[in-house]
Amino acid sequence: MVTTPMADMQTPTTKMTAQGVNVFYGEKQAINDVSIAVDLEDVTALIGPSGCGKSTFLRTLNRMNDTVAGARVEGRITLDGEDIYGPDMDVVQLRARVGMVFQKPNPFPKTIYENVAYGPRIHGLAHSKADLDEIVEKALRRAGLWDEVKDRLHESGTALSGGQQQRLCIGRAIAVEPEVILMDEPCSALDPIATARIEELILDLRGNYAIVIVTHNMQQAARVSQRTAFFHLGRLVEHGPTTEIFTNPREERTRDYITGRYG
Amino acid sequence: MTSAAPLSQPATGRRTAAPTAWRGDAMRRRIARRYAAERRFRLLGLAAVLLSAGFLAFLLVTMVGNGARGFTRTEIALPIDFQHSAILIDPAALTGPGAEQAIANANLPAVIDAAANTAFGEGGARMISPGAQLAVRKAILADPALLNGAATITVPASEGVDLAAKGHGGADEAAVARLKQAGALSTGFNLRFLTASDGTDPTLVGIWGALKGSLLTMSITLGLSFPIGVFAALYLEEYAPRNRWTDLIEVSINNLAAVPSIIFGLLGLAIFLNLMHLPRSAPLVGGMTLALMTMPVIVIAGRNAIKAVPPSIRDAALGIGASPVQVVFHHVLPLALPGILTGTIIGMARALGETAPLLMIGMRAFVASPPHGITDPASVLPVQIFLWSDEVGRGFIEKTSAAIIVLLLFLLTMNSIAIYLRNKFEKKW
Repeated sequence: MVTTPMADMQTPTTKMTAQGVNVFYGEKQAINDVSIAVDLEDVTALIGPSGCGKSTFLRTLNRMNDTVAGARVEGRITLDGEDIYGPDMDVVQLRARVGMVFQKPNPFPKTIYENVAYGPRIHGLAHSKADLDEIVEKALRRAGLWDEVKDRLHESGTALSGGQQQRLCIGRAIAVEPEVILMDEPCSALDPIATARIEELILDLRGNYAIVIVTHNMQQAARVSQRTAFFHLGRLVEHGPTTEIFTNPREERTRDYITGRYG
Repeated sequence: MTSAAPLSQPATGRRTAAPTAWRGDAMRRRIARRYAAERRFRLLGLAAVLLSAGFLAFLLVTMVGNGARGFTRTEIALPIDFQHSAILIDPAALTGPGAEQAIANANLPAVIDAAANTAFGEGGARMISPGAQLAVRKAILADPALLNGAATITVPASEGVDLAAKGHGGADEAAVARLKQAGALSTGFNLRFLTASDGTDPTLVGIWGALKGSLLTMSITLGLSFPIGVFAALYLEEYAPRNRWTDLIEVSINNLAAVPSIIFGLLGLAIFLNLMHLPRSAPLVGGMTLALMTMPVIVIAGRNAIKAVPPSIRDAALGIGASPVQVVFHHVLPLALPGILTGTIIGMARALGETAPLLMIGMRAFVASPPHGITDPASVLPVQIFLWSDEVGRGFIEKTSAAIIVLLLFLLTMNSIAIYLRNKFEKKW
């Protein structure tokens, strides 16, 4: 159990914090008293065995759990110090500020252009067609997809390969200029080459956005993240700088997991 | 984690029998039986398809064979000597605004009967359809100068002559022979069948009134059942909480789709006519009654189509900050639309062919003029077919078949439009 006081967690670059978060699905408690801070400059990796609640926790950060019937969140989660479950927080705006990339690439069955333009359009971020074109190009460039698709922007997004689709989804999330990007095992459905490209992309994006990534792949966590949090059975067992977690974990359970004793 | 679980089963659990004889006789027989079963299954399926195709072909051949004659009519070239006839009309009156009135008072039927008797001998008047005066009237209005001399005008033959000329026999075969000898007989396209409404003489009836009635009724049905059905489906799938009430609603809707149609007619009678005092026999009430019947079908198809939209698409839209309404209208509905349209086709096709509920709300009335609006008395195609099939006159048989052809064409057109729309939406996505 982490007992670090909140004062220690908070730094000037802290983007999001979670304090004493519990998540229940009906009677079942999926997350138990998790406290963690997400830094603007960092990629934070959430690791842990299947069913440990890391995806559930990720989905509390942009309130995607709201759509699950019977899900209940306790505790306090802040974005720039503002309680995201508070009455003044608009959940639609929150999700624009905290974007999400899912496990399985899920482009809309629309054109590549429309996939990226959809978010800016519903949030009124573009004032003209030229504006929108620029936003789309910028987002696709950042997602490292522009050169591959610039000549076929009006073909269906679902016709792309799996890795391209996932980069399209990242571009789609970037297009609304989020402050935080949540990635829920973004590479688990991809081949090693596509995975490598996404990892490169994550390293590129670091610094512009606070990134939280859930992953099953410990090498991936070691490669892309600066901070790692280890979840087990709904509890946050340990979190700290990635190098420390992987070389010198304080908890025995963490050591067992990262050395492959279970998973 | 916990203590290590036993990894291997005890050796005693292993099978000790000889390896399976994959090439043995028993195996061969088994394979032969499997192939035979496959063949039987395929033949049965093929037989079923052929049988239904045969039934369909039989239906089409009989209907078209009988009905095609309903679209033609036997015509008689009737010479009329207007100058020496008993016509009561002042040619000057035919140019003014009172022309219609003047010609209506001109004693035309008597003039025509006399002309027919003169031309074709005794009984000539009976060879001419009562509709002949319409043709003569039109000819005079087109060219009033006809009244100063004689003219030969093509007029429709009577029911008996028409049937005899088309080879159905009857008492008028002698008359047909006489007309043929005089060279006065011809066959023409029965335009009146497409432009007129119900009538008492089979040579004068038309389908237009019922067709227009069906069009208006279907518009009301679609206009009510489609939006209500789609919104109900959307609400139930996307917004409604899962509890005992929504379960109850779901069961009710499923049962509603299976209720015999005449019950909906009784419901329409009780609510729309007796309670709300809407006009009876009107497309408005017919359409509302059929909408009650169609709506559950659309709700069920709609819910299934909405359920089939992958949740990942909803997540994707929510994840970039689309509001629930935007998720529904930008993503879920367009993706579900082809499925919803399929349900709509089924529901509308059933509504178009429905007779029973319409009888209950008075749409079986004799309506001799096409409805001008949704509150005018009207008939619809299936009811018109029902009414004509009930008529005594032999001339109505082919009219019934012809009306069935019109109904089938209507159905085909409606479905083609819906399928076109469905494919369009499928392509786009």
